[in-house]
Amino acid sequence: MLKIEGLHTHYGNIHALKGIDMEIDDGEIVSLIGSNGAGKSTTLNTIAGLIHASQGKITFRGKDITNVPAYKLVDQGMSLSPEGREVFAALTVQENLRLGAYSKKDKGAIDASFQRVYDLFPRLKERINQQAGTLSGGEQQMLAIGRALMSEPGLLLLDEPSLGLAPNIVQQIFGLITDINRQGTTILLIEQNANMALSVSNRAYVLETGRISMSGDAHELADDSRVKKAYLAM
Amino acid sequence: MAEVLIVQQVLNGLALGMAYALIAVGYSLVFGILRLVNFSHGSIYAFGAHAALLFVGFEFGVLPAILLSMVCTGLLGILIDKAALEPLRKKNSVPIAALITTIGVSNIIQNLLMIWFGSEKKAFPAVFNLPMIEIGGFRIQSTQLMMCVVSLILLLVLTLVINKTKIGLAMRATEQNPKAAKLMGVNVNFVISFTFFLAGASAAIAGGLISGYYQIVYPGMGFMAGLKAFAASVLGGIGSLPGAVVGGLVVGVSECLAATFINSTYRDSVAFIILIVVLIVRPTGLFGKKGITKV
Repeated sequence: MLKIEGLHTHYGNIHALKGIDMEIDDGEIVSLIGSNGAGKSTTLNTIAGLIHASQGKITFRGKDITNVPAYKLVDQGMSLSPEGREVFAALTVQENLRLGAYSKKDKGAIDASFQRVYDLFPRLKERINQQAGTLSGGEQQMLAIGRALMSEPGLLLLDEPSLGLAPNIVQQIFGLITDINRQGTTILLIEQNANMALSVSNRAYVLETGRISMSGDAHELADDSRVKKAYLAM
Repeated sequence: MAEVLIVQQVLNGLALGMAYALIAVGYSLVFGILRLVNFSHGSIYAFGAHAALLFVGFEFGVLPAILLSMVCTGLLGILIDKAALEPLRKKNSVPIAALITTIGVSNIIQNLLMIWFGSEKKAFPAVFNLPMIEIGGFRIQSTQLMMCVVSLILLLVLTLVINKTKIGLAMRATEQNPKAAKLMGVNVNFVISFTFFLAGASAAIAGGLISGYYQIVYPGMGFMAGLKAFAASVLGGIGSLPGAVVGGLVVGVSECLAATFINSTYRDSVAFIILIVVLIVRPTGLFGKKGITKV
């Protein structure tokens, strides 16, 4: 579904990504783990077209999407729930979700997406007319994910969904991520909470200062002594 | 007698204030999206008035002329953004660069108007040639009444566009978080262009209305009107549409009252006194949101 070959990204003089190769197949949950500043968000933002790639190639569903601007990718079936949630604080829950379906024109399909999101997150349905900024952190995270699902993406990119949330909420969010995957959405997940990420993923990549240092089956990686030492605090 | 005079001046002020409000919403719209005070907006307004004058000369009616001028002035707004401001955004330049650029653009427009139309004051035909109306002893010029009605309708349409349409939703989303808006599939550059178009078109209508009221146009007309409308939008809380309307009305009414009861030479200074007081007492304005800097 998604193939990344030799991807380089620069922030001014900083060489943030130094040749990344990744591949994600249909129906998988793949996680990208790594410490702070390893380049996880940069990778995701470059895929999503928010940051300019200086070299390399990104292919999505057979099409070259390298440096295609973010707003065009939604229509092609890719959607990002950004780090820090970035909900539209002064807009209502419903308006936030409606914006998620911005690229869609068919009203029936939009209603179906609303239904899907409300089924996944009943809490959002209760707060339909509330301003997004007044929601709790967990609810905002649900809104960010729900909003990204409104375009019915084939590939969902999740940037740090556990950030700043209480452990029981994190459990709940990760449960929902598996549910979304079972409904047929491929997921690329970025997490500092490597333990949690590896437990729900099929495969994983480990990112270290702009390079992939390890990759493979998520459960095998979780047992790997180096991963345990560096990322699982064991 | 004094009461009649006061009411009369308040009515004058309301008519003028509605037109100021149309200019002020232009500042607010652009500020909302780009966090930029567009100091070329006064000249855009002058351009709108001159375009209306030009099209009136073709003699297919005053209203079609103003409509054409709306389109042209809206396109001018887009052109300014594409030619002068978008390149700065692409380079992530400091905000002050864009601000100074708009002052430069303002001078360019004003000088182009002088080249094309000459710098002298020119007569503008009355937009609405209707008789005086008398209500309960107060005489209202029908022009003033029409200024109020037209401005009010346009402001309502603008509010509906922003609150009820898809592009309006995209505008509000971009205003709050351009990055997240992009992720929703919103073409932010298109939204910005659309916003400049709306701002330009409203300024053109204000240009047509105010020129039809004073029956005079000249290239420098945008300077004072632009600054007064800026004061109005700051008073209302820059970025807020209802604020722009209230601010416009307050500036219009106090200007007319000052001209009558203090001295007509002071009429232009009232707006700036208001501006200074607002900046000292309540910098966010009447309807302004606190903490406009994004976290």
